[in-house]
Amino acid sequence: MSNQHKRLGEIVIIWIRTVWLRLLLAPVLGISFLVVWAAVVEADVYTNLVLPSPGEVAERWYELYADGLLWRHTEVTLYEVFFGLGYGVLVAFVTGYFIAKSRIVASLLTPYLVALQAVPIVAVAPLLIIWFGPETQSKVIICALLVFFPMLVNTVIGMRSIPPDLRDLLRSLQANPLETFWYLELPAALPVVIGGLKVSATLSVIGAVVGEFVSPNEGLGYLIATGRGNYDTPQVIATVLTLTALALLLYGLATLLEYALLSWQRAGNNGL
Amino acid sequence: MQSPMTRMTDAAAFLAVDNVSHTYAGPAGDVQALANVTFRVVRESFVCLVGPSGCGKSTLLRALAGLLPPSQGQVSLDTQPVTRPQRRIGIIFQKANLMPWRTVYHNLQLPLQISGVPARERQQRTEAMLTLTGLDGFAQAYPAELSGGMAQRVALGRALIHDPEVLLMDEPFGALDALTREQMSAELLRIWSRHRKTVFMVTHSISEAVLLADRVLVMSPRPGRIVFDLEIPLARPRNLELLHQPAFVSLTEKLRHNIRTS
Repeated sequence: MSNQHKRLGEIVIIWIRTVWLRLLLAPVLGISFLVVWAAVVEADVYTNLVLPSPGEVAERWYELYADGLLWRHTEVTLYEVFFGLGYGVLVAFVTGYFIAKSRIVASLLTPYLVALQAVPIVAVAPLLIIWFGPETQSKVIICALLVFFPMLVNTVIGMRSIPPDLRDLLRSLQANPLETFWYLELPAALPVVIGGLKVSATLSVIGAVVGEFVSPNEGLGYLIATGRGNYDTPQVIATVLTLTALALLLYGLATLLEYALLSWQRAGNNGL
Repeated sequence: MQSPMTRMTDAAAFLAVDNVSHTYAGPAGDVQALANVTFRVVRESFVCLVGPSGCGKSTLLRALAGLLPPSQGQVSLDTQPVTRPQRRIGIIFQKANLMPWRTVYHNLQLPLQISGVPARERQQRTEAMLTLTGLDGFAQAYPAELSGGMAQRVALGRALIHDPEVLLMDEPFGALDALTREQMSAELLRIWSRHRKTVFMVTHSISEAVLLADRVLVMSPRPGRIVFDLEIPLARPRNLELLHQPAFVSLTEKLRHNIRTS
C-alpha cells in the first residue's frame, strides 16, 4: 500500500517537472483568479464602482487602446523608463566601479549614498518637480534615483568578488587598466551586475509612475490619476495591468540579456 | 658539500635572488616571511623549492614574479632588476585560476590578446598549444566542465603560450589527487623537454621535486631561508619509472633528512 503511494508520488513529481506543466501552472493560477473575481462581481458583494467585472475592464482597456490614448501614454512612460533606467544604471555602474576600486572614493561617498537611499523617493519627488519642471525631465531623474541604489550595491559586490589570483594573473601579463576592465573586471562582475539590472528594471516603472503621480500631465500614471478623478475604476485597473505588463516586459528583457551574456554559467550543470 | 651550482659564476646566472627578506605588517604585529634568501638559477634549468607550509615559499615566488616588492634585497632576471611584473615571466598558480566565462580555447588565448598578437597568429598558436597540452577535444569546453588535471593543463598552456623565458609555478599540482599528480608531472617533463624554459617551482612533494628538477632548494620554517641545496644528477629524459630506482630513493631520503633536521 505504502509502496503504491510512493510510486504515485514519483509519478506526480515527474509530471510536475515536465516543461508543459511548468508552462501551464502560472496561467491556471491567473485564470482561477479571474474566475473568482468574476464570481465576486456576479454576487454583488461590492458596487460596480468599487469592483467592475473583468469584462468591463477588458472593454475599457480595448477602448483606451482603440482611441490611441493607451499607447500615447505608454510611450511617455516608456520614454521616462528608458532614459531613467539608462542614466541611473550607467551612473550607478561607474560610481560602484570606483567605490570598489578606491577606498578613498568609498569612504567619501558611502555615507551620502546611504542617506540618499534612506530618503523616501515619494517625499523628494515634489522637490525634483519644482527644480526640474513638471515635464518628463524630472520624471527621468526620479526614475534614475530609484534604480540607482540596487545597481550600485550589486556593482560594488560584483567588483569586490573578483578572485585576487586572477588580478595577479592580469598584472603578470602587464594588462593596462582598460584591458583589466575588459578582460577581467567586467565579465567577472557581470552575473551580479545583471542581478542588479533585473531589480532596477522593475523598479524603473515604479520610478516613472511616482513622478507622474506627483505631477500628472502625461503617462500611465496620469491615466490612473484621471481614472480615479472620474470614478472610472475600469480605466484605473486597465492601466495598472498595462503597467504590470510593462514591468514584466522589462524584467523579461533583462533575463534575456542574462541568458545571452552568461551562457557560460550553464556549462557544467546541464541538468538545470 | 657545495654543489656546483653555488660555485658557478654570476655570469651564468639567469635568475638571481640576492639577500631577499620580506616582512608583512599585520594587525597582530609584523611577520617575517623571508630572511636573507640568496640563490642563482641557470638559464633553462629546472629548480624546485621545497619546505614546510607557511615557510614563505609563495612570498618568494611572488617576489620573483615582480608581483610583490620585497622589503629588502633584489631579484634580477638576466642582470635586469625585477621590480614589476613582466611578460618574460609566466606564472602558474596553485589553483588553475581560469576564467569561468571563457572556453578552454579563449582561456589559452588570453595572454596573446593582451600582448596584441594578430588574430591569425593567435589562432595558430592556440591550436598548437591545445595539441601540446593534450587538450585537443576540449577547445570549446568551459572550465566548469573540466577535471582538476585538465584545468591545470589549460593553466600550463596559458603560461607557455606567450613563450616566456621563465616559468614560475606555485604548487601547481597541489590540489590534485595523487594519481593525476604523477600524470601531470610526467606531462610537465614531456612539455619541458620540448619547450626549454627556466623553471622555478614551489612544491611540498619531495618526490615530485626530485623527479622534475635539476636542483632542489630546501627552505626552513618561517622566516624562510635556504638551508639546503641539492643537485639532482639523474639522467634525462626522465619518466615515472624513476620513482622506484635506488638513486632516486636515496636522493629523496637525503632531502627528507635535511628537511627534518632544518
